[in-house]
Amino acid sequence: MKKFINAVDQVEDQMIQGMIKAYPQYLRKLDCGNVVVRSSKKENKVALISGGGSGHEPAHGGYVGKGMLDAAVAGAVFTSPTPDQVYEGIKAVATDKGVLMVIKNYTGDVMNFEMAGEMAEADGITVKQVIVNDDVAVKDSLYTVGRRGVAGTVFVHKIAGALAETGADLDAVAAVAQKVIDNVRTMGAAIRPCTVPAAGKPGFELDESEMEVGIGIHGEPGTHREEIKTADEIADMLLSQILADIDYTGSEVAVMINGAGATPLMELFILNNRVADVLAEKGIKVYKTFVGEYMTSIEMEGFSISLLKLDDELKELLDAEADTPAFKA
Amino acid sequence: MKTEKLIAVVRKIAEKIESEKDFLTELDNVIGDGDHGINLARGFGEVEKKLDALADKEPAEVLKSVGMTLVSTVGGASGPLYGTGFMKMGMALKGKEEIRTADFLEAFQAAIEGIQMRGKSTKGEKTMLDAMIPAKEAIEKAWKEDADAIAAFAAGIAAAKEGVEFTKTIAATKGRASYLGDRSIGHQDPGATSFTMMLEIVGDEV
Repeated sequence: MKKFINAVDQVEDQMIQGMIKAYPQYLRKLDCGNVVVRSSKKENKVALISGGGSGHEPAHGGYVGKGMLDAAVAGAVFTSPTPDQVYEGIKAVATDKGVLMVIKNYTGDVMNFEMAGEMAEADGITVKQVIVNDDVAVKDSLYTVGRRGVAGTVFVHKIAGALAETGADLDAVAAVAQKVIDNVRTMGAAIRPCTVPAAGKPGFELDESEMEVGIGIHGEPGTHREEIKTADEIADMLLSQILADIDYTGSEVAVMINGAGATPLMELFILNNRVADVLAEKGIKVYKTFVGEYMTSIEMEGFSISLLKLDDELKELLDAEADTPAFKA
Repeated sequence: MKTEKLIAVVRKIAEKIESEKDFLTELDNVIGDGDHGINLARGFGEVEKKLDALADKEPAEVLKSVGMTLVSTVGGASGPLYGTGFMKMGMALKGKEEIRTADFLEAFQAAIEGIQMRGKSTKGEKTMLDAMIPAKEAIEKAWKEDADAIAAFAAGIAAAKEGVEFTKTIAATKGRASYLGDRSIGHQDPGATSFTMMLEIVGDEV
């Protein structure tokens, strides 16, 4: 393993400290652990809290700020934060309007956030939750824990965060978050795995000619493995799965071409070139495109495509002001 | 088993998890996200630090502390699950100076129920429950037949090991391994494996 780190057990702490030092105008860290909150608490709004394992930077700390999150809780790399950490985060940002937890659909994340929510409710804090499950690679059936939450989560932060900023009530903010979840779909692929620092070796191995299709954001294997193809063919394959899941015909969409950590922007643009053409052919209008690293998997060489189907409300909230370290609008 | 012995058992479990950390992580690498051993070892490392201060407490307090420490230090799915399990055992044993086999069975049942509720899972989903439930049933059956604790735990450990083998034959329907569908068949469940390691330590000390 070769990484710019000091010690494997210091990775998360030093990453968060470095993030705070980079963005003191936006962020502050709680004393109790790796919980990042806005540098000044905003009252009279629903507080949004999200988080998950580390290794997805800029998610989620990078999205703390005006128009997006109020708190982000970072666990160990690819490991859900613990209930007491999430609970401290909730307490730090809770207002009379309540708290919305945005949880990515992983067994550990759901259990830890739910336990934290129960602890906060025992203190009289009103807590609601939404569970993001945008990854179409995983079948949502009785035989799995359901689809995973991946890059589409950033759209939930953006849009629910924008509505919360207006002072809307908890039910409305939860409803719009759910509306984003219902309308966003993502699928990814990778050509090189990532190494969790504490594990010291890659989570899976791929031959020079292979790719993992349907990859998750934790270096966990995807749905299948096949010979690598051209960027256009890969984009077509992933898009066809997304388009088969929701009927996007005639609608406007936001597109996210998300880099997994070690994919050059050059390649992300090559992929977007194809995605934009295919959508145009199918009569799906692209309202806005986001290309870059929004939800990474440490140094995985991979990417995902997300499509969010928009209506007037979602468009307005997508365009609303956001000022955070990693997302500005 | 009184507090002193219980603390010794927990310490041995912590040592076992630390020494099997890489093996458990390797199992998780194949069908999960490759952190089971790392996370459990970190949690039990913290558990160990708190044991000395519990020497004059009743067994229930020791188990509660183990559970709360695991919940707050392990993370992932195994933290809330094992944490809930140990906390439920503690609650079931409240007020008892000594854990006898019958008490253990009652506490074990409470732990299983807690884990089922927290994980919204049951037997046959390729999880720790596939080792736990058969182990509990085997201990109970052997204990009812001839009330020999050593033999009962041996039967329980054998059943847990069979449970681990059983997890190789089924596809996961809970946890991250469920994303793999049938590709998870052929691999043993890391949680069932770590539980069996813990039960073996308990069996050694009965």
